Amino acid sequence: MTGAIRALLVIALIALVTFFTRLLPFVLFPEGKETPPYVRYLGKVLPFAIIAMLVVYCLKGTSLLTWPYGLPELIAVAAVVALHVWKKNTLLSIGVGTVLYMVLVQFVFAT
Amino acid sequence: MQKETSAKAQKVKLALRAAFPMTIPVMVGYLFLGAAFGILLESKGYGFGWAALMSVIVYAGSMQFVAVDLLATGAGFLQVALMTLMVNIRHVFYGLSLLGKFQNFGAKKPYMIFSLSDETFSLLCSAEPPKNVDRSWFFFFIALLDQLYWIVGSVVGGLLGSSFSFNTQGIDFAMTALFVVIFVNQWRETKSHAPALAGLACSVVCLLLFGADNFILPALISMVVLLTVVRKRLDRPEEEATT
Repeated sequence: MTGAIRALLVIALIALVTFFTRLLPFVLFPEGKETPPYVRYLGKVLPFAIIAMLVVYCLKGTSLLTWPYGLPELIAVAAVVALHVWKKNTLLSIGVGTVLYMVLVQFVFAT
Repeated sequence: MQKETSAKAQKVKLALRAAFPMTIPVMVGYLFLGAAFGILLESKGYGFGWAALMSVIVYAGSMQFVAVDLLATGAGFLQVALMTLMVNIRHVFYGLSLLGKFQNFGAKKPYMIFSLSDETFSLLCSAEPPKNVDRSWFFFFIALLDQLYWIVGSVVGGLLGSSFSFNTQGIDFAMTALFVVIFVNQWRETKSHAPALAGLACSVVCLLLFGADNFILPALISMVVLLTVVRKRLDRPEEEATT
């Protein structure tokens, strides 16, 4: 079963590299030592910027130039924002937004 | 001694109870996305055991989907390593954002670092434990529950395989909605919207320039550059005594 051993090695390699990317900053800037002010500044502002990036990341596959022109995404995201500003209930915003989006892509804008 | 252990058990239970509701959005998303991964992997001839193994030791959503391809096409080790590095390099920036948060986590710290997925990162950024709840246990349970959902989802997907026919198209929007909600929360909690706007602008511009498959790294680099350029204006002196 060399196929299985090869697959195991591939998975182990992926696990190692993934952990490396997560571990690196903690090795570079260990707890005992003073973290440079510039790095602390980045740590303060980056979470805001990265969450914005993750929103874009989730929507990256949306095509604005072909039908349905990103309308399901636009409507569902707008609904989540509006509902969340109004009710401030995380589960409600996510639940309603997701069901709305599913209805939109499965029925309303079905291709 | 008896009293001490029961006090500790109480502390742990309290943290678990506080952490669970925070993770429900991720639970919904991970169960379905994990199942989608398990189904895909099974369709390439790797059953639920493989799905479980990957979800336990790799635990990286989008990378596991890429890994299905790498396994199926018999990619070389160098290609696997480089691909993983490219797909997951964004995690370096997550760690940078959480350097302070994991201080004094002791034995839990290695697991906190290992389990830094996109969704766990976003919850760690946004959730705050109630006053009477232990901080490190609270964040630890958020991370652990998230991974458990992912493992369960992927194993169930691997078991069901292609017999799973319920139309789940669009269910992955749960993740988008989670990030949007966190974005809105962050927006309302701070006066300075520059970091969020910088992240949004860099991501959109890089998406247009580099395309959906390649924009993450340039987006991260450009937002770090932009935030560095405007540091003097954003970095308030009372929080940075040394500058």
